[in-house]
Amino acid sequence: MSGNIQLLSDTLAAAKAEDRAALVAYLPAGFPTVDGGIAAIKAVFDGGADVVEVGLPHSDPVLDGPVIQTADDIALRGGVRIADVMRTVREAHEATGKPVLVMTYWNPIDRYGVERFTEELAAAGGAGCILPDLPVQESALWREHADKHGLATVFVVAPSSRDERLATITAAGSGFVYAASLMGVTGTRESVGEQAADLVRRTRAAVEPGRTLPVCVGLGVSNAAQAKEVAAFADGVIVGSAFVKRILDADGDEAAGLAAVRELAAELAEGVRRDS
Amino acid sequence: MSSEFFIPDPDGQVPTAEGYFGAYGGKFIPEALVAAVDEVAVEYDKAKSDPEFARELNDLMMNYTGRPSALTEVPRFAGHAGGARILLKREDLNHTGSHKINNVLGQALLTRRMGKTRVIAETGAGQHGVATATACALFGLDCTIYMGEVDTQRQALNVARMRMLGAEVVAVKSGSRTLKDAINEAFRDWVANVDRTHYLFGTVAGPHPFPAMVRDFHRVIGVEARRQILERAGRLPDAAIACVGGGSNAIGLFHAFLPDADVRLIGCEPAGHGVETGEHAATLTAGEPGILHGSRSYVLQDDEGQITEPYSISAGLDYPGIGPEHAHLKDSGRGEYRAVTDDAAMQALRLLSRTEGIIPAIESAHALAGAIEVGKELGPDGLIVVNLSGRGDKDMDTAARYFGLYDTDAEVAADAGADDTAEIEGDAK
Repeated sequence: MSGNIQLLSDTLAAAKAEDRAALVAYLPAGFPTVDGGIAAIKAVFDGGADVVEVGLPHSDPVLDGPVIQTADDIALRGGVRIADVMRTVREAHEATGKPVLVMTYWNPIDRYGVERFTEELAAAGGAGCILPDLPVQESALWREHADKHGLATVFVVAPSSRDERLATITAAGSGFVYAASLMGVTGTRESVGEQAADLVRRTRAAVEPGRTLPVCVGLGVSNAAQAKEVAAFADGVIVGSAFVKRILDADGDEAAGLAAVRELAAELAEGVRRDS
Repeated sequence: MSSEFFIPDPDGQVPTAEGYFGAYGGKFIPEALVAAVDEVAVEYDKAKSDPEFARELNDLMMNYTGRPSALTEVPRFAGHAGGARILLKREDLNHTGSHKINNVLGQALLTRRMGKTRVIAETGAGQHGVATATACALFGLDCTIYMGEVDTQRQALNVARMRMLGAEVVAVKSGSRTLKDAINEAFRDWVANVDRTHYLFGTVAGPHPFPAMVRDFHRVIGVEARRQILERAGRLPDAAIACVGGGSNAIGLFHAFLPDADVRLIGCEPAGHGVETGEHAATLTAGEPGILHGSRSYVLQDDEGQITEPYSISAGLDYPGIGPEHAHLKDSGRGEYRAVTDDAAMQALRLLSRTEGIIPAIESAHALAGAIEVGKELGPDGLIVVNLSGRGDKDMDTAARYFGLYDTDAEVAADAGADDTAEIEGDAK
């Protein structure tokens, strides 16, 4: 069975055709429970997200701020396993028909086995993986299997990335490129970094002529005004911590949490429309 | 003065251009840090061939650290170790009290070359943190030290030392609240502040070039020890023994002996309450290959790649990873790695204190416990060099509780079950 990289590309192209940026939401699997996490993803799609990244909780989330660290911790203490991540992807995709990716640190895949992981993710209907700590020069084995199974390989680029690195990364990546808006870990910020627009411009310039590789911006975006600001120059707006925080703030009230993330998704979906 | 103190022997073990020692090492870092890590590699390469860098570092090592450090024979201690000759490489006598200063001074010079004004570092036992705070005071650099909350409590003296030296000490409350979590937090800081900040990594782990660079700065330990033992004993030792957490003092001792095939290189890992209990930090004994903190090496992890929480009575060894060069030495068979329990280390700590008047760090006591075993295996003809990587002042609270040395809490000692003291004659207990 082949993964859904094409669905991802079509979804991003459809947003572009509507002259808007795509809304990409992040939520960790197993948070606050496996079923609660699946319900939250469905709610976010229902609110207007185009794409969802399912986080694979990790014991050592070096690139995450306190909000996602807390969520990962809750998920791991709840006993979340990779099988639960796969089930989350499957149920979220089957219920909505939308593209669902996994975002994970590299060691869980390395340990689980690249072959097995890509096979299971494709079988679950996954569209690909975002790998924030797998540098492009260590990614050959992953890409071989991801390509075989129709999965996107989404690399992260940062304001510190030099143009020649951007060329290497965009040549190896597929699906889209995750442009980090600022130098830092995940978390909500008062303002989106000024470096983001420049990074998007440089990343687009690095893509081979004739090839379509959307550039989505993440890190720090938490409200409709910021989403609108980013949508002015990026193909997609990625929001993570703000969703997680809504569920944390609901403090165990599942219905309230679901309502809150649905509402946030709807606000952000309005924000990514450039004409709004 | 020659540059032998930090330039690796060209015939020695050098990682590949990508930073691999065999199957281990590499550079598994987020894109945001690629430029900074590359800058460290480029600047270090330039520094290695700059005579002025060598001159400055050698001057600091001699006149600030107090190198060369002594090689002390310990016959009364050796009497409990099968009668083998044992000599201690006295890194505990360095300024700040451990081997850590060797690497810190090298990287502090590098920080200045790169034009960075702020240094961050992780610390477990506090020895790397103290050394870093010291160098920052000396060089006028801003300094922030990340330390697990558990470790700030068991190494409170070192927290006070760092603050006295002007460093900010951040108690890290995530995860197991020990060294691993301090490193996570330091990486988070580095990603956000990389423009003006150097991450002065304290062990031979992390992304390339850190494993090779930190080793090079510590290589002086083995270079001196090899020369000293040839002068003293007229031959090379049968074994060179050191404790391993991340592995910096061990690789520093081992490296100069790598070409000497008859010298066994023995690393002593923390077995905590015993490897079979699961409460340990014996990464090479019980770990599996994986990626932690920027490189591939052995890692304590579960079957899905989640890092498991380590345990050791020694804060400096309480780490679920290990430098990639050690992983390679293990696989190639050139290095031997044994696990030493908390209890064995504490007994060795007291034995050295009472027989030789030297109080070692609990970390180094793991190597001493290993030396007692190896000495018994070798017998009276054996010749052993042990790296005494640090002094034990910082551990006196832990040791006093373990052995019941405080007048007020003898009951704590009973809880610790530390009553097998038969080996020391006339023991107070």
